[in-house]
Amino acid sequence: MSTIPEKTEQQTGPACESASLINSENGKLHKFNMDEILNCMHCGFCLPACPTYRQTGRESASPRGRIALMKGVAREQLPIDEEFENNMYLCLGCRACETACPAGVPYGSLLETARGVIEENKKSSQRPSWIRRIVFEKLFPYPKRIKALGTLLWAVQATGLQSLAAKTGLIKIFPRAMAEMQQASGKIASPFERKKRKRVMKAEKEKLFTVGLFTGCVMDILFYETNQATARLLTKAGCDVVFVENQACCGALHVHSGEMDLAVRLAKRNIEAFEQANVDWIVNNAGGCGAALKEYHHWFHGDPDWKERALAFVNKMRDANELLAELPSLTFGKPLPVRITYQDSCHLAHGQGIRNQPRELLKRIPGIEYAEMEQADSCCGSAGIYNLTHFDMSMRILDEKMENVKQTKAQIIATSNPGCLLQMKQGILRAGLQDQMEAVHVMDLLDRAMQSPHE
Amino acid sequence: MFSESKETGYISKEIKRELVSIVGAEWYLDSPNELYAYSYDATPIFQSMPNAVVMPGSVEEVAAVLKVANRHLIPVIPRGSGTNLAGGTIPIHGGIVMNMNRFNQIHEIDQQNLTATLGPGVVTADLHQAVEAVGLFYPPDPGSMRISTVGGNLAQCAGGMRGLKYGVTKDYILGVEYVLPSGEVLRSGGKNVKDVAGYDMTRLLVGSEGTLGVITEITVKLLPLPETKRTLAAYYKNLVDAARTVERIIASKIIPATIEFMDQATMKVVDDFAGLGLPTDMKAMLLIEQDGPEELVVRDIEKMAEIARREGAADVQIARNMEEGAKLLAARRAALSALSRIRPTTILEDATVPRSKLAEMVEEIERIAEKYQVQICTFGHAGDGNLHPTCMTDERNKEEIQRVEQAFDEIFRTALRLGGTITGEHGVGMAKLNYLDLQVGDGGIELMKRIKQAFDPNNIMNPGKLVPNHGRRRLVVKK
Repeated sequence: MSTIPEKTEQQTGPACESASLINSENGKLHKFNMDEILNCMHCGFCLPACPTYRQTGRESASPRGRIALMKGVAREQLPIDEEFENNMYLCLGCRACETACPAGVPYGSLLETARGVIEENKKSSQRPSWIRRIVFEKLFPYPKRIKALGTLLWAVQATGLQSLAAKTGLIKIFPRAMAEMQQASGKIASPFERKKRKRVMKAEKEKLFTVGLFTGCVMDILFYETNQATARLLTKAGCDVVFVENQACCGALHVHSGEMDLAVRLAKRNIEAFEQANVDWIVNNAGGCGAALKEYHHWFHGDPDWKERALAFVNKMRDANELLAELPSLTFGKPLPVRITYQDSCHLAHGQGIRNQPRELLKRIPGIEYAEMEQADSCCGSAGIYNLTHFDMSMRILDEKMENVKQTKAQIIATSNPGCLLQMKQGILRAGLQDQMEAVHVMDLLDRAMQSPHE
Repeated sequence: MFSESKETGYISKEIKRELVSIVGAEWYLDSPNELYAYSYDATPIFQSMPNAVVMPGSVEEVAAVLKVANRHLIPVIPRGSGTNLAGGTIPIHGGIVMNMNRFNQIHEIDQQNLTATLGPGVVTADLHQAVEAVGLFYPPDPGSMRISTVGGNLAQCAGGMRGLKYGVTKDYILGVEYVLPSGEVLRSGGKNVKDVAGYDMTRLLVGSEGTLGVITEITVKLLPLPETKRTLAAYYKNLVDAARTVERIIASKIIPATIEFMDQATMKVVDDFAGLGLPTDMKAMLLIEQDGPEELVVRDIEKMAEIARREGAADVQIARNMEEGAKLLAARRAALSALSRIRPTTILEDATVPRSKLAEMVEEIERIAEKYQVQICTFGHAGDGNLHPTCMTDERNKEEIQRVEQAFDEIFRTALRLGGTITGEHGVGMAKLNYLDLQVGDGGIELMKRIKQAFDPNNIMNPGKLVPNHGRRRLVVKK
């Protein structure tokens, strides 16, 4: 029987922990849910699923370790300091551990809380870094600024990105990361192309639904064409597609970085925009955004009105793969005689439980030879802005991933998230496979196969 | 002998410098977060901070670290993935956690001698995969096999679901390389099937829970991979019918690879996790697997299905294929962790009885849970009499925890009365330290102490585990 030994008494914490909120010494509330933390019974089933644990072999770089550290902070046995911050941010947030966890511990939300606690603590003691301020407060909340950035990036690409990055000094901040990401990023749509976008695209056959496309912020700049392809596929499957005005960034990056207030502002804006659009479904094609969009109702604790509106939004939310797999089968005009594999988007697979749909859709393309990859649902290391903030770890994880990719001997790696797509493109370059292999978004690939040869 | 004071593991600046010079700065951890992350294992409630964590990369480094620790009387706690369930890797007296997961190479799979030689840090399931790729088989399969290391399995003598037919870890360890606290590197056993040269140190080290020395290389015995396997699930309206089915199967001279037992609450949580669609209105289920040549497997499975029906199974289903069977078994492996969905703290034990006493033990556990008003779910390796009565509780509720302790106390005593053991496969560690003498007697404890003394005169190897330092300690629950 597990007796409680003398020595551990002081370490097992106060006898009367409240179930949900813990008071800290300066009177501020830590928002850790102790029941959720204690639900982790440290069996370690998450360890082999965790990319950073696999790379380092260190307990503190595993989900079980991070939850233990959160417990330490919640019980005030550990301070909220730089070491704790580094450990919480070394996590990719891929949530593969949630799939592996028999106890059903909501790791993703625990991590968001931990990062929230860290940022809260920093705000009271110091000014946030200028990069955080610009990115989270000045850029993402404003769709127009994002579009302006898109135009700037297009101009930069047209005139030579490398030289501009060097001139602006950006290259000094993320030297290797920038250089490598530049090589991988695709062609950015010009402002003239974007202007040509129709507000509504009509269903090409009998109309079944009206769908509002959630275009995303970065997605609509770096992958404008993928959004267009998604819309075309939906129209061919019998949907009117509306490009809803006034939508903003989904807020996922903010939540993952502990910026809950800003995230809530963005969520409200999106909920309002799509309420006004009055659509049957809201569809997006970025797994990372989709997971956040489907969790909006968890962002409004203590605000029942907004929680209800959020829930209505969430109930309409579908990933493009998810909806297309349910709609009447698309007819493909063009066989694609290629060997293909699929890299799961973590937040699509672990966050939303969508694994079969993209694979089914791909297998419907005539001529395709599908090869399943080992550990396809293990993170590629992109993880939002992780590949900028933790470039070295990200590349170690990517290189491990590319070993599995190579085994498949595929000519195409399909993915369902812009971050993964960029990362896989970079992986192909790093592995020197650019002559044999291409990374493509599932929607672009399906769209390619829709077009008849002479189109 | 160590006192209970925290000072036992103190590492001065000079000692730290010595240790860093041995393993390198990258493999020496002592920041607050890192130490905290090695203050627990998979055992509930126990927690204690080490003073340092080292991750040696070679046998020379292990020997050098041990010499330093031995000179300064610093406890050393060898550790694999930290999945043990008896508090075996909790640094209860502080000191150095020696993480062995860099020893993760399979050096050789010898197809002529049917052996594999590997580092102790190899993950058990990785060994399975490697040997099965060449048509060979390493049977021990503890529930944590995808995480646990072979070194950890050896130190705890881990069991698993195939124990019924194939035995446990001790039946597959042919040889070891190990390091004594003095730094001396020794070998015992090897690839020989027969070897009676002196005392069997290999067997002694298996299950020694890191209290004698550090294992640095392991040679295991392999079998030919069975041709095929088939899985059967039988569902019951009461627990005792299920237990009696197990007794009848064994008595009819069939030895299946696996007979697993789950009660209703366990079935429910496992189904929540794995989504198998189990009939959760049933009170108990048996999961039976047989492996071997096709005709034999089919014959045995049909016979066992017949026995299950005769003993009152409400439904008997044979898995359509190996994948379906594997899914059922994988779900069963997750039972313990899945049970923590019910309450925050799950305390699991592994009292084991002779198979003929299984039904009686199951009834006793139900009675004891009722008596102390605690929630106990039972699952386990019914085929070898190894049950896992698991108590769902909340470590924050001290009064309830006290009742839980009393219930387990009675369960252990009942197991012993029925000719069983206090621990079938998890080990003594700290969790069962107070009960060891009930089973082995004072004479047995004294002899174990003298063996420990011979290997580790300064008592630096995982102190406070397996062998009680003082007389029998009273059951203590802090108020």
